[in-house]
This record gives sequence, C-alpha cells and structure tokens, in this order.
Amino acid sequence: MNWDWDYVGSMMPDLLDGLWTALLATIFGFLLALVLGLVFAILRRSKTAWIRVPIGFIVEFIRGTPLLVQLFFLFFVLPDFGVQLSPLASGIVGLGVHYATYTSEVYRAGIDGVPAGQWEAATALNLPARRTWTSVVLPQAVPRSLPALSNYLIALFKDVPQLVAITVAEPFTVARGIFADSFRPFEAITMAGVLYLVTAFVLSYLGRIVERRYGTVRV
Amino acid sequence: MEGTKEPMTEATSAAPVRAHDGNGEFIKFAEVSKRFGSNVVLDDLSFSVGAGERVTLIGPSGSGKTTILRMLMTLLRPDSGTISVNGEYLFHEERGGQLVTASESHIRRVRSKITMVFQQFNLFPNMRVLRNVTEAPVHVLGKPKDEAAERAKELLALVGLGEKLDAYPSQLSGGQQQRVAIARALAVDPDVLLLDEVTSALDPELAAEVLDVLRDIAKTTDVTMLLVTHAMKFARDVSHRVLMFNQGKIIEDRPPEEMFNEPRHERTQSFLRSVIDET
Ligand SMILES: Nc1ncnc2c1ncn2[C@@H]1O[C@H](COP(=O)(O)OP(=O)(O)OP(=O)(O)O)[C@@H](O)[C@H]1O
Ligand SMILES: [Mg+2]
Repeated sequence: MNWDWDYVGSMMPDLLDGLWTALLATIFGFLLALVLGLVFAILRRSKTAWIRVPIGFIVEFIRGTPLLVQLFFLFFVLPDFGVQLSPLASGIVGLGVHYATYTSEVYRAGIDGVPAGQWEAATALNLPARRTWTSVVLPQAVPRSLPALSNYLIALFKDVPQLVAITVAEPFTVARGIFADSFRPFEAITMAGVLYLVTAFVLSYLGRIVERRYGTVRV
Repeated sequence: MEGTKEPMTEATSAAPVRAHDGNGEFIKFAEVSKRFGSNVVLDDLSFSVGAGERVTLIGPSGSGKTTILRMLMTLLRPDSGTISVNGEYLFHEERGGQLVTASESHIRRVRSKITMVFQQFNLFPNMRVLRNVTEAPVHVLGKPKDEAAERAKELLALVGLGEKLDAYPSQLSGGQQQRVAIARALAVDPDVLLLDEVTSALDPELAAEVLDVLRDIAKTTDVTMLLVTHAMKFARDVSHRVLMFNQGKIIEDRPPEEMFNEPRHERTQSFLRSVIDET
C-alpha cells in the first residue's frame, strides 16, 4: 500500500468542506450546551420541587443514555411526531442537549464553590434572585468553570464523527463517499483523522487562551 | 439629598426621630423558639427594641446571639413565635383575617429596611469597591446610576475609603474591606443595621478603625442597631442597652454602665470577667 499524494490533493476540497460542517456542529452544539447547561444548573437549584425534581430526572436520563441513541431518536423517530430536522440540525441539537447534561454539572460545581456568605450578603442587600444570579453568583462561578468547560468542547468535537450515523457530511462521512468510489480507504480515512487531530489541537489551544483571559477568580 | 438619615447631618445621638409605634417596639420578638435538631437554641424568647435604639447582645459562645440576628435578616426561620419590624410581621402576613406564612414578596418588602454587616465582610469579589456600594441602590432601590454613585462616594469617604473606589476587595486590608461593607450597608438607607462580630476577624489596629467608623455612625445617625461584639468598651460607648444571653434566654437587660459596672447575675459576672476587651 503506497501513499498517493495526488489522490490526497484531489480529495482535500471535499474533506475541508466536511471539516467546516464538523466545526459548525461543534460551535453551535457547544453554544447550545453552554446555555442549556446553565439553565439546567439553575433550575436544579430551584426552591420549587416541581421544577427541581423533573429537571434532575431529565438530566440524569439524558446523561445515562448513549449519544448515538439520542441522535437516532432525533433524526429517525421525531419525524414520526411531525418534527423533521435536517441531519446537521439534528446533530447540533443532539450534541448540544447531550453535552448540556455535562456542562450543567460543571456549572453546578462552580456555583457550589461560591461561598454561602455571598448569597447571604445578597439577601442582606435585598437583591432579587435574578440579580443575585447575574451579578453575584454567575460572575464568580463561571470563570471557575472555564477549564472544565473547555475540556468538554474538545470532547464534543471528538464526538462529531458519530454524526456519520445520521448522514451529516463531516469528514468521515465524506471519506467514506470517496473510498466507496476509489476503493482506497487508506488516504481518505487517514486524512479525515488528521483533520480531526489538528483541529482538536487548535481548539484546546484556543480553550487555554480563553481560560487565561477570563478564568481568573478574584477572592 | 433626601431622607432623614444622612450620616453626616447634625448629631441626633440617642433621640429617635423617626415615627414608630410608640411602644418602643420597633423590633419585636414574641415567643420565638429555634432549635437545630435536638439543640434548643432559643426557647420562647421575647424582647423588643425601640426605633433608633442601639442594643448590644452579649453572652457565651452558642447562646444564640448570631441566631437572633440571622433570623431578623431572614437568613433563618424561627420554628415558632413571631418577629415583627415596624409593626409588620417578618415571616407572617394576614390573609383573610388569618396569620399565614408570608410570601416571598412580603418578606422582601419588610426586609427592605433591614441590613447586616458580617464577620467575614462578604464583599462581592467580582465587583470594584464603588459597585459593591452602588449595586443595591441601583438594582433594588431603583436609584439612577449617577445619583447612587454620588451617594456611594460620600459614604466611602465617610468610612475613610474615598481613594479606593476602583480597587477590588482582594486588594484591600480586612479593616478596609469591612469599612466598605459598612458603606455598602448604609447605602440602602436601612432603618435597622445588624452587626455580628464585625471586628472579630481583624487585627486589633484594624478593628479599632472599624469601631471608630461605627462610633461615628452611631453618633450621627438614628439607625436602629443590634450588635454582637466582644469589644466591651465599644459596646459601652455606643449602646443604649445591653442584653446578656445565656442558653437562649435573656438573663439581664440593662443600660451598659450598670451592666458592666455592677452585673447582677452571677453568670454575667463570670462572662464579663472572661471577655478580653479588644479596644
Ligand atoms: N446552621 C446550624 N446548624 C446547626 N446548629 C447550628 C446552626 N447555627 C447555629 N447552630 C447552633 O446553635 C447554637 C447557637 O449558635 P449561635 O451562632 O447563635 O451562637 P452565638 O451566641 O452567636 O455564639 P458565638 O459567640 O460563638 O458566635 C450553637 O450551639 C450552634 O452550634
Ligand atoms: Mg455568633
């Protein structure tokens, strides 16, 4: 088996298109995970059991089932209930909701790390609950959470190949299309893997920059 | 400048100027009990504090002083009994002629005139000094930002920190942080100021500067104060009454000179002997 550079060159445009799709899934999936995870974390601390308990159950349920099953459900089952999402949209929702259950734990740890005295001072000043969250608790909890969150960004990105199962055109889906024609999987699979590797490397570098810039906690 | 409580207005000393219910019952505990598990901390406690009065709570560790202040701040709920402030129940409200558990909005309304300074300062570390002080006036009282900032600067100057507006709490000494916390508390125009061992976490020199600020406030405002302190000289200087607690009950309630010069109760005598005066 010898490596054919010309062949690699000819497949790169398609693979890079695939990488772009993978990045879209990562970016929007992660944004959804960041926002929804925060919502989960806050609702799980609600004083109302009617909110706290069901949300806790949903989060545990989602975390306890495989991503692949959730993707199948979103893409193949939801249409039976009249909800038809594109493959990429299904992938974004699947990754976002799945990873929201992880980010919510990260936020929860960050929130628990805010001393009780901060909540008490907010009460002593009669700050409304919403204001206590937005100006006291989250500004202290979120910076603490950044290192763990950026790890989940990488983990989410590395789960994007699972979107093959729902026909999203990420690099491995593209690679499969290529070697189906040429019967030469070696270059296609290798290059798809290299694209993931290099991108994961760049993402973790960016993550560290964000941590350094915003991750400082004043005590 | 509105309001009757500019800290730097004419000294009004002890005379309460604000209208109250006339019975010296601006704050009233009626048959309040509180237990933690099997530990009965307060047992049917009743006492009241008049508007503008400054009352020091003393007593051995575990006698329930902090518990009382935390209940007034609504950080703890009593198991039974009622607490009222300015004639309004803190944890109860009347609905259909019945006294029922208060809603969150009722508690917020009654609580709005009460604030507290803590032993550990509890400044918001993510905000600069100025914003620590303006946060509540702007977002609770709805004051315009520039007006709140003006007032905050006055208060910070009053506590000797006019130069530190842009510092973060972590850049200040403990004594400075506690003075910011006092300015932050005054900024909400409280009727009731609760002070729980606010100098206990500080070295003696730093404690002294905080106590000086509090003396000043006591002299120049008519805010009602409940304070817990081990600084007995300070307590004698600023308070109208001293309450001696033991095992969740008040065993002696007298003006400071009497309490400190001729304590009646044997328990008070031994307690006072044991306290090291910080000032
Ligand atoms: N959250 C809590 N859970 C369980 N027990 C508590 C709690 N808070 C206070 N206690 C107990 O209640 C009793 C009274 O405590 P409190 O803090 O009111 O005493 P204190 O008079 O302020 O004492 P100190 O002078 O040491 O500050 C103590 O026995 C304490 O252990
Ligand atoms: Mg105490």
